Amino acid sequence: MSEARTVLIDPLVDNNPVTLQMLGICSALAVTTSLLPALLMCVALTSVAALAGAAISALRHRIPNNIRIIVHMTIIASLVILVDQLLKAYAFETSKQLSVFVGLIITNCIVLGRAEAFAMKNGVVMSFIDGLGNGLGYSLILISVATLRELFGAGTLLGYPVLELVSNGGWYEANGLMLLPPSAFFIIGLLIWGIRTWRTQQVEKPEYQIHEVHRTEVF
Amino acid sequence: MPDKKEFNRDSISNTLIVAIGLSLVCSIIVSSAAIILKPVQEKNEEEFRQQIILDVAGLMQPDVDINVLFESIDSRMVNLETGEYTDAADPDSFDALVAAGDPTLGVAIPSELDIAGIGRRAKYAPVYIVRDGAEVDQIILPVYGKGLWSTMLGYLSVAPDGNTIRGLRFYAHAETPGLGDQIDKEPWRAQWAGKLVYDGGDEPQIRVVKGVVPADAAGARHMVDGLSGATLTANGVTGLVQYWTGPHGFGPYLKTFRDDRATRAVRPSTLQLAEVTTTNQLGHHDE
Repeated sequence: MSEARTVLIDPLVDNNPVTLQMLGICSALAVTTSLLPALLMCVALTSVAALAGAAISALRHRIPNNIRIIVHMTIIASLVILVDQLLKAYAFETSKQLSVFVGLIITNCIVLGRAEAFAMKNGVVMSFIDGLGNGLGYSLILISVATLRELFGAGTLLGYPVLELVSNGGWYEANGLMLLPPSAFFIIGLLIWGIRTWRTQQVEKPEYQIHEVHRTEVF
Repeated sequence: MPDKKEFNRDSISNTLIVAIGLSLVCSIIVSSAAIILKPVQEKNEEEFRQQIILDVAGLMQPDVDINVLFESIDSRMVNLETGEYTDAADPDSFDALVAAGDPTLGVAIPSELDIAGIGRRAKYAPVYIVRDGAEVDQIILPVYGKGLWSTMLGYLSVAPDGNTIRGLRFYAHAETPGLGDQIDKEPWRAQWAGKLVYDGGDEPQIRVVKGVVPADAAGARHMVDGLSGATLTANGVTGLVQYWTGPHGFGPYLKTFRDDRATRAVRPSTLQLAEVTTTNQLGHHDE
């Protein structure tokens, strides 16, 4: 059971797909302007990652090597369409904001990456847990970024006013930059910095040492 | 396990079986999901569209069922060329974008007139008439055109004088979040109310300008503030409003309202004296 626990917990911080593996950055920029679409995106991606992991793992002994990526994509794409259809039926307003990004889960590196790296080699239950863990790791980053962006960009959380805006007679001048994609880069960058300061084992060893030229070496 | 060893998953037969089997299973799952959920999705789309119509008309009330509110609105079909009502299609199920592509239901827009950038339009269009008692209170017209990234679809509400705008709202677009998407945000869209489309003639004068409209500018009543950082989206809005209120759009239809106002102004009542009529007529010409 402890192995399952590691598989689930590890991707949250220590092996986070966004901040350590640098996967899924595109959607992390796009859907984090406010919290609600980010939450929905997290649910969508986590369920797709978990179910795709389980399905691919179940078929792993049958999947021919030369068409395995196509098989992965077919399974992932079907699940994504299923999720997209469900969102359009039961979370219509928010699915309008997510627009194309739910469909783009198909090309999200986290899902395909876990299918290829984990589900092809491990059992069904483990692959499901691995998908779940990685989805949650992605969700953790998405929710942190979206919270910061919505709070400082619009003064609201989940649409409810938290910081009273100047335009509504309050004190807070909304920071428009927060609503633009670059701010997500800044926030993710700061998060990575923070995590690496806390978990120093994530910092890679320098690939080369900068050699200080000593005076005597110069002609 | 010797069996497992013999099984060659890279053989052509296994490749074909997996490929065909997986495609079949996946297509069945996807298509059945689409079919089962379609009624719910269509209901959502329809309710959202009705909600926007009610919203642009200022009739939206929280906690009241949209369908109940929508019943007070009269939907009709208009023949865009003549500006007359027609029964050629059902306004509730008419899909203008599909009809535009249809060879019999749609017409090509001459390129010099195509300021909305849509290429073709349907011959007929639905209009939504909001009444206040027996009198027409406002006319809601479906409008659409190209913005920077996307086709922007919305509703334009016009007062019964066929000239004054009551409101403009978009229900579908994919303009830049934070910049172009201001077209459907409160501070900007509120400006449209009270603006005039025409200035005497039949060519729409209404437009989105660059920067802020100077209060004392000539024709300020035909101008709306620009959107900084979203000039191309704003130009798209100008294009689509001008196209749909222009002679190739709802121009002929709106003209019937303006003409109707004019004739009503000269004939306040059949019982009144001819003298009054003359003064009114003069008064009207002086305007």
